[in-house]
Amino acid sequence: MTLTDRSARIRFLKSLLSPTLTILGMIGVGIALDIITNAYVQFVILLMIANTVMATSLNLVSGFTGQFSLGHAGFMAVGAYVSAWLAMHPALAGAPDLLKYLLLPIASGLAAAAAGYIVGLPSLRLRGDYLAIVTLGFGEIIRVVILNSPAIGGARGLYGIPSAMPLEEIGLSAFSTQFAISSAWCVITVFTLWRLVHSARGRAFLSVREDEIAAEAMGINVTQTKVRAFVISSFFAGVGGALFAHSVKYLNPATFTFTKSVDFIIMIVLGGMGSFSGSIIAAAVITILPEMVLRELQSITGVDLRMVIYSLLLILFMILRPSGILGTLEIPDLLKRFKRKAVQNG
Amino acid sequence: MESSSSQEFIQHLINGISLGSIYALIALGYTMVYGILQLINFAHSEVYMVGAFAAFYASRSLGLDQHPGVGALIVILAAAVAACSILGVTIERLAYRPLRKSPKLNILITAIGVSLLLQFSGQIIFGADPKLFPEVIKDVVLFEIGGVDVRSMDVTILVIGTLFMTGLHFLVHHTKMGTAMRAVSSNGGVAALMGINVDRVISFTFIIGSSLAGVGAVLVGLKYPKIDPLMGTLIGIKAFVAAVLGGIGSLPGAMLGGVLLGLCEEMVVAYFSSTYRDALAFGILILILLFKPAGLLGSLQREKV
Repeated sequence: MTLTDRSARIRFLKSLLSPTLTILGMIGVGIALDIITNAYVQFVILLMIANTVMATSLNLVSGFTGQFSLGHAGFMAVGAYVSAWLAMHPALAGAPDLLKYLLLPIASGLAAAAAGYIVGLPSLRLRGDYLAIVTLGFGEIIRVVILNSPAIGGARGLYGIPSAMPLEEIGLSAFSTQFAISSAWCVITVFTLWRLVHSARGRAFLSVREDEIAAEAMGINVTQTKVRAFVISSFFAGVGGALFAHSVKYLNPATFTFTKSVDFIIMIVLGGMGSFSGSIIAAAVITILPEMVLRELQSITGVDLRMVIYSLLLILFMILRPSGILGTLEIPDLLKRFKRKAVQNG
Repeated sequence: MESSSSQEFIQHLINGISLGSIYALIALGYTMVYGILQLINFAHSEVYMVGAFAAFYASRSLGLDQHPGVGALIVILAAAVAACSILGVTIERLAYRPLRKSPKLNILITAIGVSLLLQFSGQIIFGADPKLFPEVIKDVVLFEIGGVDVRSMDVTILVIGTLFMTGLHFLVHHTKMGTAMRAVSSNGGVAALMGINVDRVISFTFIIGSSLAGVGAVLVGLKYPKIDPLMGTLIGIKAFVAAVLGGIGSLPGAMLGGVLLGLCEEMVVAYFSSTYRDALAFGILILILLFKPAGLLGSLQREKV
């Protein structure tokens, strides 16, 4: 979009209206949640937001572009550690607090995107599923690198990661402030990805997923398209990592194992590959599930069945309902469908 | 001084080749399945893990660690091969066959699912703590050449590895089933038109590939006698890298790639640092994908099974 003619500019500004309103609404929700819930629930809610960013970004590369990444937790780790390290760095101590924590995810995202480019370029040039194995390796390597870097905590982990100070003058507690920052970034992520997928470039992603040869025949540079999707996805994985770091305030390389990547895969498979609404719903469900249901189950059976259940779900969904719960549908599509039905019936 | 360093080098060479032939055995399973289905069979590394446990339980229930020797080795090899081939063919039948016509992404996700399912049910069934693999072959110095110890363990690994790889070569090139496998891998559709039962060939491929993983598991158990349900993950990645290094889909490639990777790893650990031992395979993978994606033997011969 060139933004040269006036109507296009107005249309663009108008499209920004709903995300802005959503962010403002979320700040209200944050204040309300602060009053009605306890610290544990608030912690889970922050995790949910970070996981939503992770799941939607993975959906861009796996659901919309059809490439299989097994190292999303690796990019999350890059983002989380970059943001935590910068936040603790003395050179940035004087920076205005809220601005700093709003902008740190950008640095995280850029670092993760750079890693994504290095990993993605060699593996996406080729036909075949090299990306899966390369990202799997990357996830492991990044963990080994962190384990062997005492400057960022090494195996002990990184303690005492600061997060934004509460803004009491405008009635925001520590949780509400972090909630506002996280949800702002979550809305930015979903909005950007949504706009991207519904643009001409987004159609290129879809065409690569559907048929690489046909896409190439249509004049789409398949490699470039795949790498672009992967780098953008890594960027937002870095953002998700930054949100995670400042929500949890403690990072350990053991957090970012392969099973963490699988968590995000199960989110997009369950929600539907190619549906952002599905990812958001599944991210919420998969974050809450271990906290509430599976913990009970574990105390009854005495064994940790979480990953067994997840892997069974993966297999069964692929065989019985490969499109996931929502398929490629989004919530607006569903609403339209209900409306149409209501009109037909009444 | 000069001679002792060269002795050391030869010692590392032997170690590297014996480690490499284990990688090669496992890499063959990846490359065979890839050649026939164009699928990275992530569950392969867990088939290997189950093979190690099958050998472990077989030797424990028969009390074989009390009577070490070639007989005991053959029994646990048979147990591992049987368990692996049954598991491999079951996975293929239950998880991959229903998806034969689905998009590749779905089959890959299923493969990851199967791999995780085996890993974590393994942790529940076998217990997450490492177990000590029975010492069915005593690790003694057989003889010495020019100051280099030739140990029974390395000889066993090399002999068994060579035996099975030669067997595979014979199977693929000199039997009817082998011809059918090569036909399916070169073009499944046409092979079906020629009256080849493609499903049966695929099942057979899984049996052979999984058996080799079972053999590899026993050899790893002998060399590094600690087994646990997560033992497959890392060696799985490395074996896959070996397959890509040699040229995925090519049998001699997988053997060459395995031995090369084993040698590289041993030399890096011996002469540089062991910290990044496991990162080495990943680095090799990136380099191969950048500069020679067809692998070392991939472009030379288009033979795929």
